[in-house]
Amino acid sequence: MSAPDAAQPNPQDPATREGGRFVFRARVFSPEDLRRAHTRIAHEIVERNHGAEQLVLVGLYTRGVAIARRLGEVIAGFEGLEVAVGSLDVAFYRDDIGLRPVQPLGTTEVPVDVGGRTVVLVDDVLFTGRTVRAALDALTELGRPRAVQLAVLVDRGHRELPIRADFVGKNLPTKRAEDVRVRLAEVDGTEDGIELWGPADPAGEEEA
Amino acid sequence: MRHLLSIDDLERSDLDELLDLGESFLAVTRRDIPKVPALRGKTVVSLFYEDSTRTRLSFETAAKRLSADTMAFSVSGSSVAKGESLRDTVQTIEAMGVDAVVVRHPSAGAPHRVATWIDAAVVNAGDGRHEHPTQALLDALTLRRHRGIGLDGARVAIIGDARHSRVARSTAKAFAALGAEVTLVGPPTLLPESLIGWPVATTGDFDELLPSLDVVYLLRIQHERQDATLFPSLREYTTRYGLTVERAARLKPDTLIMHPGPMNRGVEIAAELAEGPGSVITEQVANGVAVRMAVLYQLLGTGAPVA
Repeated sequence: MSAPDAAQPNPQDPATREGGRFVFRARVFSPEDLRRAHTRIAHEIVERNHGAEQLVLVGLYTRGVAIARRLGEVIAGFEGLEVAVGSLDVAFYRDDIGLRPVQPLGTTEVPVDVGGRTVVLVDDVLFTGRTVRAALDALTELGRPRAVQLAVLVDRGHRELPIRADFVGKNLPTKRAEDVRVRLAEVDGTEDGIELWGPADPAGEEEA
Repeated sequence: MRHLLSIDDLERSDLDELLDLGESFLAVTRRDIPKVPALRGKTVVSLFYEDSTRTRLSFETAAKRLSADTMAFSVSGSSVAKGESLRDTVQTIEAMGVDAVVVRHPSAGAPHRVATWIDAAVVNAGDGRHEHPTQALLDALTLRRHRGIGLDGARVAIIGDARHSRVARSTAKAFAALGAEVTLVGPPTLLPESLIGWPVATTGDFDELLPSLDVVYLLRIQHERQDATLFPSLREYTTRYGLTVERAARLKPDTLIMHPGPMNRGVEIAAELAEGPGSVITEQVANGVAVRMAVLYQLLGTGAPVA
């Protein structure tokens, strides 16, 4: 997740996690699966928008930025044109400021004027939808896009806001207490992949 | 972080975190809409018992760019003129429901006292001759943006009336904590009586230091704090300790010139050097808004007390 994506403790952060270890449960995507998902999403984006001329791909920190860059490269590869790629830090727009430590993860940099263009927000995991809500606010201050779309690698459910993705790598039903971990070589220094983790002690785990 | 009262309250990691956050807010302040909703619904009051233009405006701008509401309390025209005590004033303000109080006071330690009386976060915006921590943070951010994250080994001279200067004390501590080597420069009457708590060296010979310096930090000659004549004349001060064009020519080409303002042009700094190539004085002002945003955000926005 680009930022701990919930009004509750971030399960990836041991300091804020409530009790118990997290253990590996399943591999969801291999490096090849991830590459194919990128390729398919890139094609869908261009198909839906009848070309890539007026597109801006805006990644949400941390992994959304890397995914947006990858999608940009894929599109450049088959469309033969440079797609504008930017990055968005949504920390100061979140609705859980004051409930937990919210720190910026990077610098907002969108190389073109978003006014009149179609912005595709890119993130790794869509969960409660609160990060995307914050991103829509942050985007508003950069201009008035013609349209905003959302691309994610994984939609894991449990939405708390009326938000849906336009482009999805994989719909993955999860339990709330579980954790979807996206690994990207350029961010994590490991092999690409997506894994499902869950509490070692599943006693307190509520059903999805 | 519960309050910001002294640079001593900050560990190196707290300093780095505040300065990182300051960088983020500096990026925000450079946007077309330099404002974020982070502190919506919070109220920041400035309580100034001493004249100030830039610090007060800087805090007010910082709060507004975080979408906090601001109130200003100035001594003239207030109930203080009618004899209200600091404690009563502070408790009255708190009863109105404020989240942070920015205090400037002529007495050292006043913000510490205020912090013991109320639940709101207290920011020291200058207390007597004691401390001015947000000035130190903005100076550190300015220097860091030119030198990189660590100030390791940067040679800094702080020239002037360090004895009566809260800026010198706070800034010297922050620079030293980040790894710089700080030397106070001035006649013995303007250097601190004791160096306890000062992580610095001292010298009376500015000229000797010139070629080795990475930063020349000029303090304002404070007419209003001088109860006795501590040097013979302004002209003599300028001759020995002013950054004149001749002295500036002996600095390394990339030496930075800093000043907390307001400047006495022609006294501690030659008029033309204030806008010269090495001067980062206007950057200091811009960075001041960004670090004050960082401080207010850390105090009111993180929801997790660190210190």
